[in-house]
Formats: sequence, C-alpha cells, structure tokens
Amino acid sequence: MKLYTRPLYAPDTSIGKPRDPSMTTTATTPKFVARDVKVYYGDKPALHGIDIDILDKSVTAFIGPSGCGKSTFLRCLNRMNDTIPSARVDGTILLDGEDLNDRKVDPVVLRARVGMVFQKPNPFPKTIYENVAYGPKIHGLATSKEEMDHIVESSLKKASLWNEVSDRLHQQGTGLSGGQQQRLVIARAIAVGPEVILMDEPCSALDPIATAKIEELIDELRQQFCIVIVTHSMAQAARVSQKTAFFHLGNLVEVGNTEDIFTNPKDQRTQDYITGRFG
Amino acid sequence: MTGYLFLALIVFSVASFMFGRSLARRKAASQGVRGHSLPAFSGWFVAIWSFIPAALILFVLVVFGGRVENAIVQSDVPAAVQQLPELNQGLFFQDVRATVNGGMASTTVYDGELKAAFDHKVAQAKSVDNTITLGAYALTFILALAGAAFAYSRVSPQFRARNSVERWVSAFLVACSVVAILTTLGIILSLLWESLRFFQSVSPLDFLFGTHWSPQIAMRADQVGSSGGFGAVPLFVGTFLIMIIAMCVAAPVGLYSAIYLSEYASPFMRAWIKPVLEILAGVPTVVYGFFAALVVGPSFREFFNWLGAFMPGTPMGEYLMNVQNQMALVAGVVMGIMLIPFVSSLSDDIINSVPQSLRDGSLAMGATRSETIKKVVLPAALPGISGAMLLAVSRAVGETMIVTMAAGLQAKTTLNPLDTVTTVTVQIVTLLTGDQEFDSPKTLAAFGLGLTLFAVTLALNLIAQRIVQKYQEQYD
Repeated sequence: MKLYTRPLYAPDTSIGKPRDPSMTTTATTPKFVARDVKVYYGDKPALHGIDIDILDKSVTAFIGPSGCGKSTFLRCLNRMNDTIPSARVDGTILLDGEDLNDRKVDPVVLRARVGMVFQKPNPFPKTIYENVAYGPKIHGLATSKEEMDHIVESSLKKASLWNEVSDRLHQQGTGLSGGQQQRLVIARAIAVGPEVILMDEPCSALDPIATAKIEELIDELRQQFCIVIVTHSMAQAARVSQKTAFFHLGNLVEVGNTEDIFTNPKDQRTQDYITGRFG
Repeated sequence: MTGYLFLALIVFSVASFMFGRSLARRKAASQGVRGHSLPAFSGWFVAIWSFIPAALILFVLVVFGGRVENAIVQSDVPAAVQQLPELNQGLFFQDVRATVNGGMASTTVYDGELKAAFDHKVAQAKSVDNTITLGAYALTFILALAGAAFAYSRVSPQFRARNSVERWVSAFLVACSVVAILTTLGIILSLLWESLRFFQSVSPLDFLFGTHWSPQIAMRADQVGSSGGFGAVPLFVGTFLIMIIAMCVAAPVGLYSAIYLSEYASPFMRAWIKPVLEILAGVPTVVYGFFAALVVGPSFREFFNWLGAFMPGTPMGEYLMNVQNQMALVAGVVMGIMLIPFVSSLSDDIINSVPQSLRDGSLAMGATRSETIKKVVLPAALPGISGAMLLAVSRAVGETMIVTMAAGLQAKTTLNPLDTVTTVTVQIVTLLTGDQEFDSPKTLAAFGLGLTLFAVTLALNLIAQRIVQKYQEQYD
C-alpha cells in the first residue's frame, strides 16, 4: 500500500489542503515509529530509550504515575521539547518514515502537522473566531474572508462546539466555560489541518460532564486523525483508546491493545499500577 | 543636653528591659508555672513603657520648644523697639535669640534705651528657655519612671505581654505610614495654599491659556521692559515636545529590548544585559544632563550645521547653519535614553507574566517565535505595557536636570525639535534659584507650575496603575 506522505522538509504546500484520497493510511499503519528515544533535562535523564509504534486513525493512551516521562515523550512527537533550553533528545522518531529530529526538519512545519492540546485550556485572549483563525492565518491557508469563515465553521463543527458558539463568534474565547475552552483549543488545532493531535491530560481541569463531551469528541476525531493522549485516569484510557502504553520511571514498560493491558497485563508493574497498588 | 538626656533614656530603657525580663522569670519560677509569654516580651513591655512617653516629650521639646519661647518673648514688644522699622524689629529679636542660644548675631550695636530693652529681652528669653527646658526634662524624667513603674507592676506570669507588645508593634507601623501620608498631605496643602496666593495676582485662565511667559517683574517703579507675563502655554508645549521625543526613543528601544530579554535571550545573555541596563538606570540624571549639554548637544549642532552647508542660500540651509547647542531634540533624546531601562524592566516583568501556556499553544500550532510574540504575547501584554509607557511619560514630564542643562531657557511656543524650548520643571528651577523673596508673583508662579505638574503626573500615574491592575487581575 502506498503511504500518505508529505515532505517534512519545508516548504510543505499541503498544509490544510484536502488530502489525496488514494494516499490514505489506515488504522494498521504506524504513523510514528520511535526507536531508542532518550531525553535529558540538563544531565538528568528523563526517558531511558523508548521503542514504540503509534498507529494512524486510532487513539493511543499513555498512562503511568506522575513524573514517569509520558508527557516528556508526548512533547518529543512535535518537538515541543525544543522550547525548553535544557532539554536534549536522542534517538529516532519517524513520522511517516521521516526522522523528526533531522536537522533539516523545520519544527514550525512539523507542528502544523502534529497539533497539540494542553492540560489547562489556553485560548488566546482574542475572540472565538480569531482563536480558530489564528493558525490558518499564520500559515496562509485562506485567501478570502469566505474561505476563512468556512475553515472556522468546519473546525468548530469538528470540535462539536459550533452549536454552542455560532451566535457569539466575536466574543472573547476566555469567556467560555472550561470544557468549551478545551474544545475551542481542539478546534484551533484542527483548523491547521493536522494529521496528529497530541493531548496532554486534556480533561484533568474539567468536570465530569465536560470530560464526557471531550471523550465523545476524541472518539469522533479518531476517524480522521492519529490521536495520542496522556491521561491520569485509567478509566478514561480504557474508554477512549485502542492502544495503551504504560510508562514507569522513564521506561516504556508495556504497550498493547487497551483491552489486553487492562484485562491481562504481561508485566507485574502494569498489573500493580492498574489495580491501584502504586502510582 | 537634650542629646545626653536622650542617651540616658535609652540606657534606662535597656535596663528596664533586663529588669522586666528577670522579674518575669523570677515570678514564674516562684509560682512554679510557665508564663503566658516568654520573659523577653515582659522585658520589651517594660522597656517600651519606659521609653516611648518620655521620648515623645523630648521630641515635642525639640520641635516646638523654640517656637513657644519666641512667642512668649515677642508677645510684648518694648516701647523703644516699637519705634524701629518693622525689618529692624525682626532683626532685634533675631539678635536676642542668637545671644541666648549662641548663634551669629548681627553687627548692629544697641545703645541707650535699646540696650536696656535688649538686655531685658535677653534675660527674659533666658528664663523662659530655662523654664521650658527644665520643665520638659523633669516631665521626661517623671514619665520614664512612671512608665517603667506602671509596666513593672503589671508583669506577672498571667500577664499577656506578648499580645501587648504586638499592639505596640502595630501602632509603631501605623505611625510610620502616617508620617508618609501626612508629609504628602502637607506638600499638597502647601502647594495649594501658595498657588492660591499666586492665582490672586494672576488669573488661572491667563496662566493656563496665556501664551506669553516672562516672569521677570519690575522690582522698582522706574524699571522698564519687565511687565511680567505668566501665560504657561509655551512651557506646556515645550514639556510636551520633549516628552514626545523622549518617548519616541524610549518606547521602541525599551520595549524591543524587553522582548529580547524575556523571549530570546539565553540565560547567559540575560545575566549580562540585565545588570548593564540596571547600571544605566542608576546613572544620576545630572550626569545625563551634562552628557547632553557637553557631548550630545555640540555633536547634534555640528551635524545640523554640516547638513545646512549643503543647502547654501536656501532658508532651510540658513536655518540649519544657525542651529544652537541647546535644542529640544538633544534633551528629548537623552531623556529617552534615560528612560530605556525604566521602560524595559517594567515591560520585561509584564511580558514575563503572560502565561507560558499561551506561548506553548501558539508554538504548538506551528507559529514561529516572532509570530507568537507579535500575535499572542504582545496583545495579551498590551494593557500592562501601555501602563508602563504612561509611567514613563509621567517621569519624562517631571524630569528636570536634563532639560535644565540641554533644552535652553527661552519660552517659545514651537513644535520644532531643533529650537530651544523650556519646560515647566526648568522654569520652576530658574524661578526659585538664587536669593528670592517668597511673596512676588514671580516666585509664587513656581507653585502654580508645581501644582499643574503635580496634577498631570498624578493623573497619569493613577490611570497607569488602574490599567496595570486590571491587567494583572486578568491572569490571576
């Protein structure tokens, strides 16, 4: 099968464009292939060599106790660790077969393909419309007002927020509720036309109802995107993900189908963690 | 003498502290209990009561003793002195004071009746002085003992000395802040009072909207050419012009260096640049002043004269050839340099307080660093930055030394940066330097200007603080 690939080495003219249908990947193709990924903060090692394949069109959950390196690894996938001066990343991570850490890769282009949603909703202090239009604007994805309106509307619809905000697009995004803000941030990430959405504990600041909505949304988005989610809630991992990876003390202990991890873990540490014996 | 008494009082209070502490210890030991407060608090309690009432009396003596004495001595003026002109009457009493307190007396020789009056007054002043001083000393002595005795009698294991000391501490802190408030109030009141006197001779409308400023007034009737004009518009325009030039320098340079420091600089660069900027902030304004007058002014003049030489015969060329050292541009530019560290350190704080999550959000969407700064960080920080700019404006308006040395003295209503202008602060300085009588409109005009300046900077500061506060609430 032909892999859907876009050049990681700038310039990438395909950002935000509809994809060639003949070049689509399926839930069995690895989107990311990571081999021996090590991260150091200064001299302190945070990850001790991670090997993992992350599949496209599915949800992969990273679980593990605090400080186990799951967020650090997530941030490797769109090179957000570049923004931390003391962080150093070793090893290879292939996105559709191309090495992310290659010197020729432009992290700006990479991040347009690999979007990210953070723990605390962080809408910009702008209107809802401007929040969503921000990415398309900086990447020049719309040539006219109509096109931009269309991108904003479809992104908000994909993030299941359109019905709630369609009549107040020009109010401040910071005025929305926490759950709405988080969906606005997801819409903002979608608007750039990414292939991957990374989510770093997207529900930890939300109440159960807002959490349920986000989880529902994640399940819908899985049809189109490769989703990687870091979560502290094992119930959430079980509900939304197809694959689960368990991290502990900077090591990837076990990765497999979510069902298997939660019903029949191979490693004693995984067993202990999911039964709540430590963590 | 008062100084020695004060020292003695301190020694006495230290002794009171020790006695109070040991008494508290002994009482607790004899009753076999642990006291409510540590013994040291009882010591402090006794020391405070020994010291504060007595010290207050000494303070009152030092501040008001002389005035009371003068009021009593001058309450009846001898007949011989009454015949003297008013000016010499004042001199007479000055000499009396000088003789009693040991100061420089005038060279006036008093003889005859005046001599008798002088000796009488000196004797009276001496006795009044003695009475007041001795009375105050006795009162100090009694209060110190009484305070110590009162406090000493209350010391017991059950006594809550700790809470008492706490109340004294808070009273002391309140007193300190009251001093600051009262001083401010005093300054404002005296400004208002003297301005009121000024506006009795010059109408406020003429002052605020008049365009002719020449505060020299004829001292004698036969002097000509000095009618006096108190229209402050040229000063306001000059102040405004220099402020605008200064902000044109300080705002962009300060803001961009703040952006560099907070967003781009490596920790190493930051560790170097920040202290250097702080050194710039520590340069006294008078140094900036002579830097402007001796270095910047002449080089600007040479530059413009050189420029003018290329346009011989044209009015523009003629004008540039005749530009002087002192011009608004020089003062403005140097003042702008002075304000750079002020603007940059304030903006740096504000930019740093924009949450990192906003930057992450923008970077994670594939925005570059400068896009993130331009479209996310700066808009979020804008209210705070405009507050910082307003604070800088209010400093520029109130700055004195640089403009005094570099802008000139001619009151002109012009927006030409190459012209000499004068500012409100410069005029206050020139009105009040030298020997002056504080009752002519000329000197009182300084208070009118001071009041206007105070009102403007107060308003600017209030607005700026409101903006900064509102901005801080947004992210708390």
